Amino acid sequence: MDYTLTEEQEQLVNLVEEFVAGEVNPYIEKHGHEDFPWPLFRKLGLLGLAAIPFPTEYGGGGLDYSTYAVVLEEFSRLGTRLGSVLAVHGLPQLIINQFGTPEQQKKYLPPLSRADLLGAFALTEPHAGSDAQAISTRAELHDDRYILRGQKIWITHGGEADVYIVMAVTDKSKGARGISSFIVEKNMQGLSFGRRERPMGLAHHTREVFFEDCEVPRENLIGQEGDGFRVAMTALDSGRITVAATSIGLAQCAFDHALKYSVERKAFGQSIGDFQGIQFMLADMIAAIEAARCVTRKAAYLRDRGMPFNVIASIAKLLATDAAMKVTTDAVQIYGGYGTSEDYPVQALFREAKIGQIVEGTNQIQRMIIARELLKKLRS
Amino acid sequence: MKICVCLKQVPKKDSILRIAQDQKWIDERDISYEMSEADAYALEEALRQKEAHGGEVIVISMGPERTRQSIKEALAKGADRAIHLDDPIFEQATDAAGIGRAIAAALKDEGCDLIMTGLQSDDHGFGQVGLIIAERLGMSSATIVMEVQIETGSVRVKRELESGWFQWVRVPTPAVLTIQSGINQLRYATLKGIMSAKKKELREVKAADLNLTADDLKPLQSIERAYVPEKSKQTEFIEGKPAEIAARLVEKLRFDARVF
Ligand SMILES: Cc1cc2nc3c(=O)[nH]c(=O)nc-3n(C[C@H](O)[C@H](O)[C@H](O)COP(=O)(O)OP(=O)(O)OC[C@H]3O[C@@H](n4cnc5c(N)ncnc54)[C@H](O)[C@@H]3O)c2cc1C
Repeated sequence: MDYTLTEEQEQLVNLVEEFVAGEVNPYIEKHGHEDFPWPLFRKLGLLGLAAIPFPTEYGGGGLDYSTYAVVLEEFSRLGTRLGSVLAVHGLPQLIINQFGTPEQQKKYLPPLSRADLLGAFALTEPHAGSDAQAISTRAELHDDRYILRGQKIWITHGGEADVYIVMAVTDKSKGARGISSFIVEKNMQGLSFGRRERPMGLAHHTREVFFEDCEVPRENLIGQEGDGFRVAMTALDSGRITVAATSIGLAQCAFDHALKYSVERKAFGQSIGDFQGIQFMLADMIAAIEAARCVTRKAAYLRDRGMPFNVIASIAKLLATDAAMKVTTDAVQIYGGYGTSEDYPVQALFREAKIGQIVEGTNQIQRMIIARELLKKLRS
Repeated sequence: MKICVCLKQVPKKDSILRIAQDQKWIDERDISYEMSEADAYALEEALRQKEAHGGEVIVISMGPERTRQSIKEALAKGADRAIHLDDPIFEQATDAAGIGRAIAAALKDEGCDLIMTGLQSDDHGFGQVGLIIAERLGMSSATIVMEVQIETGSVRVKRELESGWFQWVRVPTPAVLTIQSGINQLRYATLKGIMSAKKKELREVKAADLNLTADDLKPLQSIERAYVPEKSKQTEFIEGKPAEIAARLVEKLRFDARVF
């Protein structure tokens, strides 16, 4: 395993840096975080960054997950949320690539790759988060269409996205095996959205999604009836690498700010960075980041080689998001009172870090997955 | 239309620069590098001219191994092929005369219609290399170019003069143009471009290939001492009414400190 960046990874990092400095920062300065940054998202498509790890056949970049993770990390390191936008946008792409029919692939992947369409992933419901099998949105087949009834919550890109992968129960008696997944388009009849939820952190665009006799053509079923839970879990296995990557970038961003501030800020006649108490904090922060980055690279490396990676991906997600929480907490501490101010960057990173510990399987759920897999091996 | 762009890799703009031990230049350890800004505009201009008129864009750069990164970036943005002057002997060439001589030698047989360079590099800022290349290759030249119109057998360029004045001149081709930053809007590389750059020709050229020796490239000019501008602790107090103080301060800032 190589820890240095390949030539093209280095070039992609440069591209991200140039794009963030040249377009993203000026855009956010002008428009703020309130609305979904459509012009930036479309640009990601033009730059070829909206489908990095997916096959070139349908307009993807054809690169590996290691490279994808490097790019996502860089977007976050520069203090933007575009890495997370790409990560969520990547879930429907991954699912359609891996489980979709050739027709579904032809129809949806090219516009998703070009960022003409935005994607979303809708699993969580008001009464079923960690316990995803407990979802109650129903899908009933009537002739050539499924009728969906139910409600999702916390759906990133909800109301903005054009394409939703929706998990719904087709056979209640079969538990997890009675769950199916569907491609639902924004304009399909019976689909509507709640008001914007406002999770803390950098601007998230999440909404409740309602299905009121929402009609979905039969050909939009992904795989077979009953495959939905497996489809969702497979996507999340890979998604965890992306959450880890963006969290490491976020942590690095907070660290870079804190390091700089520790030299600039004076107390008792010297830079606060001259105090051992601050130095130890900085050392622990970077140690946590480096460790999490290594594990995340390993997860991507194994995935790229077609080896089992779900446990290491869970470990990466757990370590990286916990590292981000710790590092951003300490970054606020190093900034002192200013750290709590909206005029300084670290408080937003701190609030954003918390989200990482919750999404795509809370960190309790990651621990469950890790232990379950280990024990399974011993018992079988 | 065959256009060659000379590009130089320089320390990144936000680098924290430290003076090297020998006080002759900066300490190059721990520094990241990028394409010199004006050269990036020269490349962009060349690509636009190629898109409008057809032809080929070649990039040439002299520098150590790391320079490849900037060369690759140029290829990713759309240059067709590249020449990398990579040889310890070229490191002798630390002034414009040596650099110009080596690049001219490498381009002698290319038969370029246009050679574009940045107006000056972000590090040494000689502003001479383009002119020396023109002189050595017997090409015409125009400096501080703000706009380029290609004609048959010549090129019309808008040059920037002092105090907001411009000048249009027509120079016969082949010509060297030194391009001013801001002449156009830079493009980004794309993922596709980055991938296709891997397949483009990147020719490494050694000093011996150009029949150049270390002696030929010996600098005519040398840096005596590099240092951070020295601060003085002179403090001037401006007295008077607030309005007078403000007016006097603005004057000082504008004409003495020249901060705006
Ligand atoms: C900003 C944001 C964006 C989101 N985007 C999406 C999206 O795009 N699509 C989507 O489908 N969902 C999304 N979610 C939802 C997210 O995936 C869920 O919030 C998460 O899975 C946790 O579910 P819950 O909120 O229902 O918490 P619960 O499952 O109710 O958990 C509450 C607490 O109990 C703990 N817990 C639960 N079970 C166990 C157990 N067995 N052992 C130990 N502890 C346990 C949890 O770890 C947690 O601490 C998003 C959430 C947020 C905040």
